[in-house]
Amino acid sequence: MARHVVASVGEIAPGTCKAVTVAGRDIGVFNVNGEHYALINRCPHEGAALCTGLITGRFTSERPGDYRLTHVGEMLRCPWHGWEFDIKTGSSWCHPESVKARTYPVTIVPGEALAKGPFVAETVPVTIEQDYVVVEL
Amino acid sequence: MNVAVTDRQPDTATQSKTGFVDCDVHPYTKSPADIDQFLPQRWRDLRASIGARSRSPFANAPNYPRMSPGVGMRMDAWPEDGGHPGSNLKMMREQLLDAFDVSYGMMMPLLGRGGDERNVEFGAALCTAANDWQAQVWCDAEPRLKASVQVTAEYPEAAVKEIEKRAGDRRFAQVMIPPRGLEPLGRRRYWPVLEAAAANGFPIALHLGGTSGHPSTGGGWPSFYHEEHPSYPQSKEALVTSLVIEGVFERIPKLKIALVEGGFAWLPSLTWRLDKQYKRLHAEVPHLKRLPSEYIRDHIWVTTQPIEEPERPEDLLATCEWIGWDRIMFSTDYPHWDQDDPRYAFKAPIPEKEKQMIFRDNAMAFYRLV
Repeated sequence: MARHVVASVGEIAPGTCKAVTVAGRDIGVFNVNGEHYALINRCPHEGAALCTGLITGRFTSERPGDYRLTHVGEMLRCPWHGWEFDIKTGSSWCHPESVKARTYPVTIVPGEALAKGPFVAETVPVTIEQDYVVVEL
Repeated sequence: MNVAVTDRQPDTATQSKTGFVDCDVHPYTKSPADIDQFLPQRWRDLRASIGARSRSPFANAPNYPRMSPGVGMRMDAWPEDGGHPGSNLKMMREQLLDAFDVSYGMMMPLLGRGGDERNVEFGAALCTAANDWQAQVWCDAEPRLKASVQVTAEYPEAAVKEIEKRAGDRRFAQVMIPPRGLEPLGRRRYWPVLEAAAANGFPIALHLGGTSGHPSTGGGWPSFYHEEHPSYPQSKEALVTSLVIEGVFERIPKLKIALVEGGFAWLPSLTWRLDKQYKRLHAEVPHLKRLPSEYIRDHIWVTTQPIEEPERPEDLLATCEWIGWDRIMFSTDYPHWDQDDPRYAFKAPIPEKEKQMIFRDNAMAFYRLV
């Protein structure tokens, strides 16, 4: 399993994502309220690029006339058919156990540590003063 | 509950060998001026001073956005040049025509809305303009795209004239009529339009839409879009029934109908029901010489999108069997949000021969494409 530097910390603003290609795989790296997560950039339903979807929340209701909005900024809605995924876990809203967007472990690593390796920097220039988002796969 | 296995590899064999025919592609304008250039000054003035007069009681309540910005568009289909999804040929090639080796794309423009216009002369002019726009802006630039002759069925004289004008022009493949009209399409007032289409070698596509003023469901106006979406087949059920029971196919044996953007899994049950009642009610409709199912089998084709997703995916294949594999044609509905991707739409593998029929051969024959 290799560790790939995909962005510097601060590059991906909260509530946005960056699409990257790592070792031939299209991956979306998301900043959810300051925490970074990585999901495969391909919807398990019909294959749309998830990164072009809408980052949203989750509406729940106990009964008609009552609703709550939770998980604000943590849900990703597919740009095509609106299937929703939990950015933190990849679980789909419709079948959370069986239908998931694949997730990849993300860590934040100081540039100083990166200089020691072993990391694959892809196209992100690295300086020792900065912290970096690192995806493992 | 059964859970479909949805995370699978694309079924690329479908398109890579021979390409496919997409029976529902939506082109849009970059700006209203695209169509205005084909609209006579008289009607441009009318639109500026009076405006469109729709039949819908919610004329000022937008039907869209539905689910996503624009008019219910795929969120990744907005061109970088700022235009509307479906307005940029380069992007349409990248996302659809070249991506899937599309041999032909049948255009279903939802612009102009001439068929919805109460001022039928204005409506007819809007149809003509939309037709010129398709032919000159799209077909001439991309011969894989085929145009649909827009008509307003409420002005049969103009509709017949428009159909005759486009006859023989290979850029046009069919006549397009919105299924939500003032009356069911089988009514005699519409026969001149249906006859003109058949006489000039055009099939008729009934693509979801139309603002008749009637509720979109038989039970009244829906509250939710989730309620509205499954109403698409209702208008098609009504029209199939009307065309059959009114005796249209006895009167016009050459008429061929494509149902577009209503799915298809509902058709067998309608057919069973019609046959059942024919045995009891045939004396009311002695002009029918055959079982309703036989007229449907001979005259009705279905397109796939928005495809049904049954709990057991293989059940859809049984449904195809009941309808007839030779009557089913694939459609994407690009660039709408609820479009189907040819690689993933069928969740159960289709046998090779039938796949070829659905994705290509049926439409090639139906539209007489070469």
